[in-house]
Amino acid sequence: MFGALWSSMPGAVELGLLYALMALGVYITFRILDFPDLTVDGSFTTGGAIAAVLITAGYHPWLATAAAFAGGLAAGALTGLLHAKGKINGLLSGILMMIALYSINLRILGRPNVSLLGMDTIFPRVGKDEKWLLLLVIAVVILIIKLLLDAFLKTDLGLALRATGDNAKMIASFGANTDTTKIIGVSLSNGLVALSGAFIAQQGGFADISMGIGMIVIGLASVIIGEAIFGAKTVFRATLAVVLGSIVYRIVVALALRVEWLESSDVKLITAIIVIIALVLPTASRAWSVRKTARKRSRELAGSEGR
Amino acid sequence: MLRLTNIYKLFNPGSVDEKTALAGINLQLNPGDFVTVIGSNGAGKSTLMNVISGALQPDMGEVVIDGRDVTRMPEFRRSAFIGRVFQDPMAGTAPRMTIEENLAMAWKRGQPRGLKFGVTRRKREFFREQLARLGIGLENRLFAKVGLLSGGERQALSLLMATFTNPRILLLDEHTAALDPARADLITRLTETIVREQKLTTLMVTHNMEQAIRLGNRLIMMDKGRIILDIDSEKKKTLTVERLLGEFEQISGHKLTDDRIVLG
Repeated sequence: MFGALWSSMPGAVELGLLYALMALGVYITFRILDFPDLTVDGSFTTGGAIAAVLITAGYHPWLATAAAFAGGLAAGALTGLLHAKGKINGLLSGILMMIALYSINLRILGRPNVSLLGMDTIFPRVGKDEKWLLLLVIAVVILIIKLLLDAFLKTDLGLALRATGDNAKMIASFGANTDTTKIIGVSLSNGLVALSGAFIAQQGGFADISMGIGMIVIGLASVIIGEAIFGAKTVFRATLAVVLGSIVYRIVVALALRVEWLESSDVKLITAIIVIIALVLPTASRAWSVRKTARKRSRELAGSEGR
Repeated sequence: MLRLTNIYKLFNPGSVDEKTALAGINLQLNPGDFVTVIGSNGAGKSTLMNVISGALQPDMGEVVIDGRDVTRMPEFRRSAFIGRVFQDPMAGTAPRMTIEENLAMAWKRGQPRGLKFGVTRRKREFFREQLARLGIGLENRLFAKVGLLSGGERQALSLLMATFTNPRILLLDEHTAALDPARADLITRLTETIVREQKLTTLMVTHNMEQAIRLGNRLIMMDKGRIILDIDSEKKKTLTVERLLGEFEQISGHKLTDDRIVLG
């Protein structure tokens, strides 16, 4: 049992790292822009689909991956436009794009499933001994992307983007166009999500029309788990927490799949339950601690008046 | 510097709730003018500020800043010329970002925002010097999240952020009203110093009569969307709260009513 569990760890960490980009995308919309963007479910597939189709057409895998990133940027920009310029509610803008992307993704793929078996991808075929080396390389690549995102969030544009989610009225009063910053943010977010989709398609050896279903919830779970365990005091810490949260999530799923009476199809339910617990617990515990402090202070006040 | 010509602004036009917030405002501010604005509830003071800042567009009339017609210019573009401090201390700063990040955003007022780092070592030193002017120790807390500051500290930071780029116009919208007396006093003193040192053209709405008389070189009084009294610096020197209230009653035909009014 433990042997099997241990041997599944490298796989879980690898998946966690590859999905971490998607989680970073969700972090940008959900935490920074305060905008729950459901485009993710569609744009993840878009990324996988673009990469798979271009690779099967004979393009270089890295070129295909870059094209997937660009496809995600475009999808996100459209959601941002719907929301910022079309004044459509954020949640609805995302849902509309998600549905629209389902058809677009089918058009890109041409059929529900495209296999990459036997094709050259960005992942070299490695023997058992080199698996750890590959894992290390993936970790370094993901960390570089994370550091680039950190740096972007500290530029003048990045600061304006963060302020848009924090106090839009304030940053507008200093001359930033909050419509533009929102569009840039949602676009960048979905670019990262699509990049993650492209990596996952190449790692798994196929792109599937349903590969993005539930992605937003997995992204939220990673963000929330990461913040709960590792904290989010600074930008550097927060994005690191998201990456680690994504890995922890994959490990939890790997563990859950070891439980005998759970089916692999139960994973989405488990994910939803993790997110619900993670969302409810902090609010409930904060309310409880406020009530406790209020009672204690009231008793002190009553006591001092009695004297 | 700032010229308003025949400004009208209606809310809910054509409905039973129609309200004329501004009814033919004409106002000219000369460079370096520090004008205080008083008036009763619903006199249109806040609407006036919003029309100048671009948060609202007037239904009629024009707004000219520095000889440039900005009537139809959106708020975020107009903010290149206008610094503003709101009544709510939470309104002028981003709470989840640090003091230096907030200052960096304010420093870029009206300029394009690109991919250069917002805070550099040189800017950090400059921000430290600027914060020291406030004299409340914020210069030692550059990395603190603004959400951790008290209301007074946040308002002082807002004031610095609104002014340290020398905007053409400074709008102060009852910016001491939400603070306790000691902190309000601090912000008032800082405002006085900053406006004087930087010779900022300033329009300040206040409900504090004594403050309205003591500060600035000119006082205007609003009622029902109109400017009913405009007092220049000569007359202002001999003005008292009683005389001011008396004048208001005489001109408007009713008492100055403002549930938050402070006489002095």
